[in-house]
Amino acid sequence: MIQIIDYGLGNTGSIYNMLKKIGVKSEIVDNPLKLNDGSKYILPGVGSFDNGIKLLKNNNWIEKLNELIILKKNPILGICLGMQLMTKSSEEGIKPGLSWIDAKVIKFSFKDNNLKIPHMGWNNINPKKSKLFYELNNQSRFYHVHSFYVSLSDHSFEIASTNYGKEFTSAFNKENIYGVQFHPEKSHKHGMQLLSNFSKI
Amino acid sequence: MLRPRVIPVLLLKNTGLVKSVKFKNHRYVGDPINAIKIFNDKEVDELIFLDIDASKNNTPPNFELISQIASECFMPVCYGGGITKLDQIEKILKLGIEKIAINTQNLKDSNFIKKASNLFGSSTIVVSIDINKNFLGNYSIYSHSLKKNYKNIFDFIKKIEDDGAGEILINSIYNDGIMKGYDFSLVKKISMNSKIPVIACGGASSIQDFRDVIKSNASAAAAGSFFVFHGPHKAVLISYPNEEELNYICS
Repeated sequence: MIQIIDYGLGNTGSIYNMLKKIGVKSEIVDNPLKLNDGSKYILPGVGSFDNGIKLLKNNNWIEKLNELIILKKNPILGICLGMQLMTKSSEEGIKPGLSWIDAKVIKFSFKDNNLKIPHMGWNNINPKKSKLFYELNNQSRFYHVHSFYVSLSDHSFEIASTNYGKEFTSAFNKENIYGVQFHPEKSHKHGMQLLSNFSKI
Repeated sequence: MLRPRVIPVLLLKNTGLVKSVKFKNHRYVGDPINAIKIFNDKEVDELIFLDIDASKNNTPPNFELISQIASECFMPVCYGGGITKLDQIEKILKLGIEKIAINTQNLKDSNFIKKASNLFGSSTIVVSIDINKNFLGNYSIYSHSLKKNYKNIFDFIKKIEDDGAGEILINSIYNDGIMKGYDFSLVKKISMNSKIPVIACGGASSIQDFRDVIKSNASAAAAGSFFVFHGPHKAVLISYPNEEELNYICS
């Protein structure tokens, strides 16, 4: 069972729809008390960093998530802002993040006016060996849309990078914690493969 | 490498899909859900749905239809039409739509884009503008719902960028549905003056047009007729460039 965390930000509907399409059982959960030990979780997110942290905090998600993720080691996948919220801080805001991984979130900045911000569209990723990328390779295209990216303190946690102006971390994994910058739920068959892989972790 | 996007723009009228010529003469071209299924198979980059009656008739978005659309789409989707309130955006995003196109409401309330992008993030908010050209060749932004012209396009674009819009969708009214090529010089001028991605729409007739509009610095090539009509008699047939053609467009 995958529980999709509905803390008020994010396209929970898209993730639910794709999991349904590939036959993975999931539910959208709007209250931390409904999170079960033994499930997998997806932390989505579209919006701003501080607003995301505020919503997680005000509705008492953080304590419950820390228990299920940090103590009980249940798998979780953060998508887009959901990935960024797992870090320590972001240039987009002033609030501290969940701090599950030693990283900060940085804004793209290019001198070249042809490199528009946000980085938006289909880009291939360069995956490393990881269960999350089973049957995926550097020709696999994913839909990206973001102005900020995660900068890891320890690069050994990187499991994929994407090139946009430079190579940046587009996926990380630390123990049971996974984050992807792109949107598998909107990436056709590649996204279906990735979500299917996550469901089998 | 980031590949420029090729995007079908699908017009909703009641619950069906239509296609216009110069924003008039709407012809029924099919059922949206059926079209989405075909575009899923073709692994389309993105889809834009615009409800062309909602703002004109002052009706709210058709949430039930949007929900059906969202549940079938495994690619990014933008919805526009009839949005006047922030909570409508929230509702649509929850249904599984990633982007919201704002046109009329931006002209009615000059703070709307700022409020929306602050709440939902820049990349969610697409500002859609319809561009007219008069007999002297001067451009203006035209609102069909408000029946008004707005002269200074570049001041307008600067403002929506500053307000946090994530993308600009430009529709050339005078090119709509006639399939004679984009207004390449206008696309170039707008793209060069813009820090955010520009989606060009209006006039596409061929794979070459897509390539040329990307060469004119558009971040995405959008079209209507091209994806729904086939042949000189405009038979309704949904199509999308294949991998080889997409590579050519981006080469």
